[in-house]
Parts: sequence; C-alpha cells; structure tokens
Amino acid sequence: MPGKTRLFFRRLGELGAQYYNAPYRAAIARAKRDEEDLFMLLVFAEMMGVPNPAAWSTLELQPLLMDRFHDWHTRMGMERSPLDHFRCC
Amino acid sequence: MSAIVLLLLGLGGMAAGYLFYSRFIATRIYKLDPNFRTPAHEFEDGVDFVPTNRFVLWGHHFTSVAGAAPIVGPAIAVIWGWLPAFLWVVFGTIFFAGVHDSGALWASVRNRAKSVGALTGEVVGRRARTVFMIVIFLVLLMVNAVFGVVIAKLLINNPGAVVPVWGAIAVALVIGQLIYRRVIGLGVVSVVGVIALYSLIYVGPQVPVELPEQVMGLSANASWILLLFGYAAIASLLPVWVLLQPRDYINGLQLFVGLILLYGAVLIGNPKVVAPMINHDVPAGTPSLLPLLFVTIACGAISGFHGLVASGTSSKQLDKEPDARFVGYFGAVGEGALALAAIIAATAGFATLADWQAVYTAFGDGSLTAFVNGGANILAGGTGMDVGVAATLLTVMAALFAGTTMDTGLRLQRYIFQEWGEIYQQKWLTRPLPATLLAVASCLLLAFGAGGADGSGGLLIWPLFGTTNQLLAGLTLLVITIMLVKRGRPAIYTLAPLVFLLVMTLYALLIQLKSFYDKSDWFLLGLDLVVLVAALLVTLECAAALKRAFNAPPERI
Repeated sequence: MPGKTRLFFRRLGELGAQYYNAPYRAAIARAKRDEEDLFMLLVFAEMMGVPNPAAWSTLELQPLLMDRFHDWHTRMGMERSPLDHFRCC
Repeated sequence: MSAIVLLLLGLGGMAAGYLFYSRFIATRIYKLDPNFRTPAHEFEDGVDFVPTNRFVLWGHHFTSVAGAAPIVGPAIAVIWGWLPAFLWVVFGTIFFAGVHDSGALWASVRNRAKSVGALTGEVVGRRARTVFMIVIFLVLLMVNAVFGVVIAKLLINNPGAVVPVWGAIAVALVIGQLIYRRVIGLGVVSVVGVIALYSLIYVGPQVPVELPEQVMGLSANASWILLLFGYAAIASLLPVWVLLQPRDYINGLQLFVGLILLYGAVLIGNPKVVAPMINHDVPAGTPSLLPLLFVTIACGAISGFHGLVASGTSSKQLDKEPDARFVGYFGAVGEGALALAAIIAATAGFATLADWQAVYTAFGDGSLTAFVNGGANILAGGTGMDVGVAATLLTVMAALFAGTTMDTGLRLQRYIFQEWGEIYQQKWLTRPLPATLLAVASCLLLAFGAGGADGSGGLLIWPLFGTTNQLLAGLTLLVITIMLVKRGRPAIYTLAPLVFLLVMTLYALLIQLKSFYDKSDWFLLGLDLVVLVAALLVTLECAAALKRAFNAPPERI
C-alpha cells in the first residue's frame, strides 16, 4: 500500500477506536479503579489483620504500590493511614 | 407525488438551515469563539474531559440522540397526512431542534460543561431543578414503557425478526469481549460483526419464532413485554463494556447503513406517496392535529432528550467552541433526516391509498409497524431485496435502537432511585438490584396500566411522552434564553420556540385530559394530571425567571 493510503487507514482506525471508546471512558476508568482498589486490599490485607495466604508474594509488591497508598485509603473513607507503623500523611 | 421530491425538499431545506440559519445563530447570537478555552482543554483529564475530533463527536452525538423515537413519532403522525408531519419535521429541525441542541452545548461549555439539570439549578433556581428531576424521571419511565410495548408488537408482527433481534445480543457480547480483551482490531471486529448480524437477518425469516398464544394466562404480547423487561433489567446491571458499549457501536453502524439503504432505495425506486397530503378523513377518535402533532413528533423536530446528551457528555469533549455548530446543529439535522425517512416509509411504502388506510385505522396504529412494512416495500422496490428480508432488516434496526434505549433508560432510572435512597436514607434502595427491580416494576405498571392485561394499548401514552420531552426542551431553552438576556443579546430566537412549545404542550395536555375523562381512563387521566402539574410548574418558573432576567441590567460577560 502506498504511504498515503496507509496513513489514511491508520487515521481512520484511530478515529474508529475513539468513536468506540469515548462514550464509555469514565465508566471503564471507574471499573478499573474498583478492581485496583480490591487489589490494594489484598496486598495490604495482612497488615490490617486479615490473614492472607499469599502474604509472601504480596509483601514484595507493597513498596511498588506505596505511591497509590494515600489515594487509596482516602478513597476508602479513611482520612489518615489505617496502619500504625507507616504513615503517608 | 414522487417520494424523491419530498426527499430532496426535506433534505434541501435542512441543509439550507445548516448552511445559513445555523451560521447566523452561531456567529450573531451565541457568538461562538474559536479562542475560547473549552472545558475539554481546561479540565483535560483523559477520562471525562478529552478534546475530541468533531467528526467523532458528531458521530456520538448523532447516534446517541437518534434512536427509535424519531421513527415512532413521525410514523404515527402521518395519520393527519404527510404534509403536516413533513413541515413540522423540516421547520422543527431548522428553527427548533438545531438551535436547541447547539444552544445546549454552548450553554454547557460556557458553564464548565455542567449538565442542563445543574444549569437549571444555577441559572433559573433550585425549585426549577427539582421540577427538572421529576420531568426527567417521567420521560425515562414513559420511554421505557412505550419501547417495551413497541418491540413486543414488532416481534409479533414479524416472527422472522426474533432470531436476529436476540442473536444481535449474542453478536454484541462476542464483539465486546474481542475488543475488551484486545484479541483483534476494531476494524476487523466491525466487519465480522456486521457480516454476522446481516447473516442473521438473512436467516431469520426462514426460522420464524412465535410465542404460544397463551402462557399462564398471558397473551403473547404480554409475555414478550415481560421477557424484554427481564432482559433490560439484566443488561442494565452488567458492566457497560460487556453489552451496552458494543451494542451501541453496532447500532451506530446500523443507523448509517439503514439510512443509506433507505435513501438509496427511494432514489432508485422512486416510489409514489400514496397517503393524502392532508387527511380529511381521519379515523374516528383521532385527536385534532393542532396541538397533538407537536407532541406526537418530539424527537425529529425538537426533543429535550438531546439537551441531556449535549450538556452531560458532548460538552466535556468539545475541542473548539465553534464545533458546537457542527456537533449540535448538524446532529439535529441527522435526526431530522431519520424522521424524514420514517415519513417517506410510512406514506410511500404502500401500493394504494386503500392499503395505507388499512394500516392507519386508529390513532396510534401504524407507528413502527407501518415504518417497517412501508420501508420494506421501498427497499424491495429499489434494491431488489426480498420483502421478507427487508422487513426483518428494518425490524432489527428499530428493535435494536429501542432495546438500547430501554437498557440505558433503566440504568438511568436505577441511578435516580439509588439517589433517592441516599437522600431519604433508605439503605436498601441504594443497592443496584432493588433499585433496578423498582424501576422495572414502575415501567411494567405503566405499560400494562395504560394498555390493559395484554399490554397492547401502551402506545396511548406516546403523546404524553412527547409532552414531557417537550417540557424538558422548554427548560433547556429557558436556560439558554436567560443566558442570552444576561448578555444583552437578542433572545427571540430561543424565546419564540420556548413559548410555542409551552403553549402547545399545555394545550395538548388539556385536550388529552378531556379525552381520557370521556373514555373514563382514570389511569392515564392521573398520569396526564401529573404531567400537567409539571408543565404548569415549568411555565411558572419560566415566567418568573424571565421576568427577573429582563428586569436586571445586562451583565458584561
């Protein structure tokens, strides 16, 4: 295919994807966030006294998720960090 | 009278409206400014606020406003003859709908992309906002009830469409998964989806499905209505990407395919309009044209529902303010074109006047059935398609539109119930399932309450739906008018449609009140009274707000 035609089809594909996705961006972002909130709960379960059989693996993830920790606990309705031994705010 | 003449006059009129009138409105009245920083840029967040290509945005706006309603209304209203419906659709689109839709976009963009509901609260007052919520709930309730009844009727009328209509749901489910899991690209999926859908349409007439006439004392019609609401309840509880999103997408493609096919077939086959220009010999019991025409055709001439779409979602994605003209006004023109196609199908798709009269035997008869049968004859004449397949194609198109509106409508009704649960501290009501069940129950009550045990008379509430829809449009026009007055600009271009709508709505409600009283139909009489009270409240709010606005000195905005 000549370059121009290919570019045209690529642009068309992009617009099509926008057409498909745009009306539902917010709903899907919300669903994704809910899923991630649940994941956060799993990762920090042990610290809040919920026994977690996969604690060995989730412990490794904790430092990676620290950035999101503050947003998460405020969204869950806890103004301050629920954990005694480390604070983020 | 040739249908091509009707088509060219109608489309020509609307195109002229877009080229000239909308330019005047956009530059002189709304003064759309290319340098204005729209909310899509100001609050860009990648989720709600995203500057979007205007063609994409127009595609959404058009496909979310154009559904089954602009088909049902005109297809009922041609009972008074083709001319009144034609004139109201063409002039309504040019002077009412286009101004209203682009105005709603403009008003929202100038107010940080707030929805018309929130704007009513801010610009008009808190009381008006409460009225607004009630009107929205009534609109959703009626549209769900009517569409349940309409689809049931379609499925009974054309048993060949049962397999493709329900099969389309399966197609949408598969498409949704393929796209969500990124198995194959959107382009391929679309082609595969459309081929699957059209093969179903082709196969459908060979495997007709009819429900038994009586199941547990319920007629086939009533069983279909119950099944449809069962489906809609489940669908409205699913995550949007599972069913609603791919269905919406397929509907969008269907809308374009359907319009191209219908207009193409009219141009090739040149059918004759057999219905009278003005029907002097309307069936007994038909209400008078004035004012009922103006509430029977709501979508397609002017519809308040558009304001909700324009202000809630489209305004958050508008790249440049002048795009409001293309997205809003041309979106209205698109819907007018669909309404025009419905008029042509319902008046030129019959061989003789007697055939046409046999369909339009009473007010509310005809509707989608006339559109499907008439449209099928036109398609068959123009493209050589089999009449059965053509009828199935149009039935599927109409049923899919109406079905998607039902599941979106139920979802929105559920949100309203959940909100009420929170306001009145009823914890059980804030959960999705009880709220959905309550929403379904209210719709079923209306569908059966209006139409008797078999639900066949549900179309009686169609004009009432139109009335509430016009009230909604009235409120949006009020917001725009007040904004214009505050800026010291001419308000007549939105004020005149507003006054016209309110007068026609009140007049229609009173006429219907009398006819329900004469028929001792206490259920519909009660419903009419509720809408009438809402209409009076809206009128009083309008009068008070306009008086305030005209008395205040213009602000420098």
